[in-house]
This record gives sequence, structure tokens and C-alpha cells, in this order.
Amino acid sequence: MATLDSKTPEGHISQKWTNHKNKINLVNPANKRNIDVIVVGTGLAGGSAAATLAELGYNVKAFCFQDSPRRAHSIAAQGGINAAKNYQGDGDSTHRLFYDTVKGGDYRSRESNVYRLAEVSTNIIDQCVAQGVPFAREYGGLLDNRSFGGVLVSRTFYAKGQTGQQLLLGAYSAMNRQIGRGKIKMYNRHEMLDLVIVDGKARGIIARNLVTGAIERHSAHAVVLGTGGYGNVFYLSTNAMGSNVTAAWKIHKKGAYFANPCYTQIHPTCIPVSGDHQSKLTLMSESLRNDGRIWVPAKLEDAKAIREGKLKPTDLKEEDRDYYLERRYPSFGNLVPRDVASRAAKERCDAGFGVNKTGEAVYLDFAAAIQRYGKEQARVKHLDENDAQLVKKLGTEVVANKYGNLFQMYEKIVDQNPYETPMMIYPAVHYTMGGIWVDYNLMTTIEGCYAIGEANFSDHGANRLGASALMQGLADGYFVLPYTIGHYLANDIRTGKISTDLPEFEKAENNVRSQIEHLMNSKGSKTVDHFHKRLGKIMWDKVGMARNEKGLNEAITEIAALRDEFYSDVRVPGTANGLNQELEKATTCC
Amino acid sequence: MNLTLKIWRQTDADTKGKIVDYKINDVSPDMSFLDMLDMLNEQLNNKGEEPVAFDHDCREGICGSCSLQINGEPHGPDRYITTCQLHMRTFKDGDTIFIEPFRAKAFPVIKDLVVDRSSFDRVQHAGGFISVNTSGNTIDANAIPVKKHDADKAFDAATCIGCGACVAACKNASAMLFVSAKVSQFALLPQGRVEATDRVMNMVRQMDEEGFGNCTNTGACEIECPKGISLENIARMNREYLSASLKG
Repeated sequence: MATLDSKTPEGHISQKWTNHKNKINLVNPANKRNIDVIVVGTGLAGGSAAATLAELGYNVKAFCFQDSPRRAHSIAAQGGINAAKNYQGDGDSTHRLFYDTVKGGDYRSRESNVYRLAEVSTNIIDQCVAQGVPFAREYGGLLDNRSFGGVLVSRTFYAKGQTGQQLLLGAYSAMNRQIGRGKIKMYNRHEMLDLVIVDGKARGIIARNLVTGAIERHSAHAVVLGTGGYGNVFYLSTNAMGSNVTAAWKIHKKGAYFANPCYTQIHPTCIPVSGDHQSKLTLMSESLRNDGRIWVPAKLEDAKAIREGKLKPTDLKEEDRDYYLERRYPSFGNLVPRDVASRAAKERCDAGFGVNKTGEAVYLDFAAAIQRYGKEQARVKHLDENDAQLVKKLGTEVVANKYGNLFQMYEKIVDQNPYETPMMIYPAVHYTMGGIWVDYNLMTTIEGCYAIGEANFSDHGANRLGASALMQGLADGYFVLPYTIGHYLANDIRTGKISTDLPEFEKAENNVRSQIEHLMNSKGSKTVDHFHKRLGKIMWDKVGMARNEKGLNEAITEIAALRDEFYSDVRVPGTANGLNQELEKATTCC
Repeated sequence: MNLTLKIWRQTDADTKGKIVDYKINDVSPDMSFLDMLDMLNEQLNNKGEEPVAFDHDCREGICGSCSLQINGEPHGPDRYITTCQLHMRTFKDGDTIFIEPFRAKAFPVIKDLVVDRSSFDRVQHAGGFISVNTSGNTIDANAIPVKKHDADKAFDAATCIGCGACVAACKNASAMLFVSAKVSQFALLPQGRVEATDRVMNMVRQMDEEGFGNCTNTGACEIECPKGISLENIARMNREYLSASLKG
């Protein structure tokens, strides 16, 4: 059994990273050319790590299951990225970002990692701007900021509601430069199905080429996983359909420890479930809580009338509304941390104040913001601020400018205009703070195997603050892993190429082959999705927002039974030689 | 509602494909187009038939994976959305819907509705970047102010999701809108000006090598683009290209 040694450096917390960097081993540029690194996943963490490792001179092999690295699910992150730049002069600092992140995570994160994260946060913004990431700017030409939940300063950099997209495309462009130079060999449409361990060290992976069906062996001196979280075990989540935690699960089965799996972030502002046909949920960015006010009717009879369609939310007078976050948390108001907002929404809905057909929704209302901005604009433009129609028009323009794409997304899905009637939102599975256990160097309990970004567990404790996931992904990939991995690879400068003919590769490949054969030959009566939906229901009902001993024990028994049923009764149509999306789904469940 | 689907089925790149008819009943208007295809696939699977392969991932209109030609239009009849954001309320009970892959020489079909868009990646490898290494001592992000107008325009161009709808919409299968979006993003920012000449020359060369057609200003790309990328970007790329050609 491995012992958990965090390898946190000595010294004051503010000096640990600097001291560590000064002391760790380096690999000279000529030797880097003889060292191969596999990076699985091309989101913010994997993409930025692949690009940076290649810039340093390592030979990188990058893998993604999508048809292009640009499609990794980091692209869907909306709101922003934190950095302790203190451009607003509102008292921000490295220490304050560190403190907020640790406090936001209910003091369950590894503090040395979080301090390092806060330290490099400013470098991330500099780097991204140099890459041409078009962050929002003010009229003076300098960068704009906004505020996020759980903090009292404005430190979030953003690009409308598409910050994740812009940062990911920045990392993708850095990768493209290295792919063009031949320093990154890119494997699109490949799924990692096993980790190969030779003499106790991670030395390669087995991957399936999703187009040809070929099972391939790939060797390297180290393997880095930037493969995201496990939110999809709940079936319904804001994760992409393909974000299926397969790679992380495979290394766990090979001995990598998993930490804090209980810490799943249930995000407060998602579009509520509309029916059984749904396969995924859509997030409405937390940035909306900058301007949106969350409420439910104050009286049970009003909530009932709204659910039955007899009353419209806009008909309710101010005094009949319960702005429960502002009431309960006056200093943070609508910008409380996510876990607090989610629990409060569930509490109100469980008490019977829910506002949609299922009773599982609360309002997020922009009417007050439209008024406030409209009046301000009327004053700025020397127009009549008592003209209600004009004020509404001007205010709507400001809100559209800030959140236009989110409002459009909401309208397309729900078929209601959020400028006219409040949005309906409800908590949904969004992010996983838990993950593969890593030490200070981001190495897992398997030597030479690293986990970065959402895939690891260290930085967000029991609750992640908004705009911190992008920060962590890029911090790990651009500024942490490329240093710390050198400390390990310095011992490999004389190793030479790792052969894929080693018996360990053959064994791992045979395991993957027999698993696929089993799935193809099972010829049962139910589809993979059938099992996945049932797993999701067990997870949401018994391992969701409210948990107790009885439910958790039941879930363990039910999941074990479901697993047996899956192996004996799953049906995968088609063949394994070629593109087979049902087989792809099935292999992620093994 | 009940619908008839006419779907392109093709076993692999080397086999000839054909349109196959499917009936689907009890489709809810609240379903997304891909929820509806999931339902069809579940039914096909339960009948022992092979499901229809199609690309999809985020299902919120940002990853650019989904790529269906629906009734002859990339991403279907609605505007400023991708296929995953198209909802069945756009259709009527009894409708017949044609579903095909994006068609272009540079996007060969892999299977059914899945096409190979790696040509887009290769155009980006040729110059879709600013050559700056990762380091902890790049100049401060606020050291170079950028006019808000330029930054906003660069952002608008940068919102391209690389789905390929522009190519599928164009009678010439031209990738000018896609390529010009990246060229414009960097051309508008001071950080990108340094390499502007090489960038536009290299990206256009690669675009031509991939077999994309030329632009004849019909504007179909702009209309079908789910992100509303403006034709203005093509004009900007042409200016950049001309200026780069003259500089040599």
C-alpha cells in the first residue's frame, strides 16, 4: 500500500513554491529532446501542459477523444477566470485570493497548492493576453473585471459569457504552434483505455482509435492526465456527453488513489430538468448573480398558483416575494458561494415554494438590474430617466451586452424571454472537486503518472468558487506541471525510448481487447444508456445534494447489482472494427 | 408529434452511402434535435439495428462538434444556433426532415453523419497562433492598452466554434469565413500584428491545399454561421493578404 506523502516543501507558505522551484532537478534542453511525455486530454489543463512541455523541448504525444483538441469541455466554461491582479484597487492580493479560495472550499483544500495557485494567477492573465485572448476591456483600453460568488472584490477577468472558449482557444493556438513544429504529435479521436506500468512507473497507455477501431500502444517516460471530472456518473450534469472519466478511472484501477469523491459541486444556476428525454443540463453562468436577484414567492399559495399556471411571476408584488439569499446572507446577498446557494434553493423548493411544474425551480430575476442600468444610461445620455419605456430599453441593452449569449441560450431551450419574465433555475451537477490524489508536484500515487486540472483533487476543497476552475486548469498546465515534471524526468535522461514490445504493454493491450470482446459478445437486451440513466438516478437520489447513511448504503448495494446486470445484459450493436459510438459509451463503463 | 426522417447512412469512408427513411413517433416539442436522434437511436438499438452515428459533445452550442445538414441547411432552419440547440418545436407534426452530413471535399465522411474536419486543424497549425512561449515574466497584461472597439471586434471574430457550417453552406465549399475569423482576431490586436504577414500567407496557402473552394461573396456562410461571424472578416483577410503579398 502506498503511503500518502504530499511532499509539501518546508518554509512559510508564501515561500514554498519559490524555494521548491529553486531546489528541484532540471533537465537540460538537449536531454529534453530524448524524453517523451503523453498528455491525455486537451482542455485547459491538458492543452496548456502539452503546449508548454513542447515549448520546453519534450516530445509530446497528446490525446483527445473529440475530433479536435479545440472541442474539450473547458470550452463551455462561461463566466471568467480569477487572478489577484488588483487592477480595480479594491484590496485584492495573492493572500486574499488564497484565503478566499481556501475559505470557499470549507478549509478542505491543500493550502500549499492553493497559495501557489494564487501566486501564478497573475501570470496566467499576462500569458493569455500575450497569446491574443480577447478579454473584455474598458473604454480606456485596459482590462475589465467582474465579481463572483463568495468574494468581496472584483478579480474576475472575462470574455462575455465565453471565457472558457477564449482561454481554451488560446491554449489550442499554443498547441497548434507546436503541432506545426512537430513537437506535439496529436492523436484526435482516440480514447485512452488503460495505463501501462513498467517496474512501478507509468510508461505508456493503451488507446483505441475511434475511427478505425485499432487498439494502439503508446509509450512515454511520463503520463499526464488532464481528463476532467466524474460529474457524468450522475447521468444528468452540465458536463459534455463525452466527459466520461474513463482515463481517471483506469488509472485508479491501476492503483492511483482517489481523494474526496464526495465533493461534487452542485451548481445553483442551471436550467431546470424538463423531461425524461434529456441527456444533459445547461448551466447559466454564475456571473448572472452579479445582476440577477434570486427569489421564490413568499406565500405557499402563490407558489402553488404559479406552478399551476394561474399566476405569473411578474404579477407578484415586491412584498410577496422572498429574496431568500439577500434575506439570509445580507453581506454576500445573491453572490454567496455555490454550495450555499444550492442548498438554499433546495431548502425553499423542498418547503413547497418551487416555481415550475416539477416544483424544482427558483427565479433569477433581472428586472431590477434592467431598471438600474436603464436609469444610469438615461442620465449618461441626458435623456428622461422617468420615461419607463426608454429606461427599460436602455437597461435591456446593457444587460444584453453583458449576458446576451446566455439569455439567447436560455430562450432557445426554455422558450421564454428572460428579458420579460424571470429565468427559472435549479441546482445541477457541474464540477467535481474530488479526484485523483496528487502530491505537491501533481504526481499521483503511481510514479510518473500525473493528474492536472479538474482531474486532481487538491485545490478546491469541499466547494469550488466561481472562476477558479479555469484558473486551476491553466495554472497546472502552464506554470506548475512543466516545472515539477522535470524533477522526475531528470532521472530518465539515460533511459532511452520505452519499447512498446515490453510484456507489460502486451498484457494491458490483451486486457483491453478481452474487455471489448466481452462487450461485443454480451448481446444482452439493454442499451448502455439504459444502464447509465439508472446509475444516474441512484446517484442523484442517494448520493446527491442530501445524503445519509441509509441512502448511501442502499446506493452501494444497488450499484453493485447494476454493475453485474450491465456485464451480463448490455447490448452493443455493430462491430469493434471502426467507428462505433455505442461501443465507445460501453467501454467507458468498464 | 410524429415525423419522417430521411437520414444519410454510410458504413465507412469507402462505401457508397444512401438516404434511409425512418418513422419516429411521440416526439416532444421540448426535445432538442439531438435528444430526438437519441430517441431514434434507442429505438434502432432495441430493434437490433445499428444506431445513426453523429458527432456531438457539449450539447450547449459551444464545442462545435455537431454538424448536421438539416433540410439542406447547416444546423437546420433556426438562426444563430447549432444543431444541439435546435428544438423540435421548430417543426410541425407530420413533417419530413432530411438529415445529411456536412458536404465538402475537405470534409470526407467517416460514417453516417460524421465527417472528418481535421483540415480545419491543419489550417490552424499553419499560422493560427501568436508565437509566444509560456513564461512567468511576459509583460503585464495592462501594459498595452487595446481600444475597446478593436478588442470587441477581435472577440467577435474569436467566437468561431470551428463547426464547418460556413463550408457546408457555401456552394464553393470555401473556408474563407473560418480562416478569416482567426486572421482577423489576431490582425486586430497589437499582440498579433508582429506576425500578421506570415500568418495570413501561411493560413491561406494551407486552406487552398486542403481543397476548400474560393469565395464568391454570396454570403451564405454568414447567414448560416451559428455564431454570427461577419463577412467583414473576409474583407479584412483579403486586405491582409493583399498587403502581405505586396510586402513579399
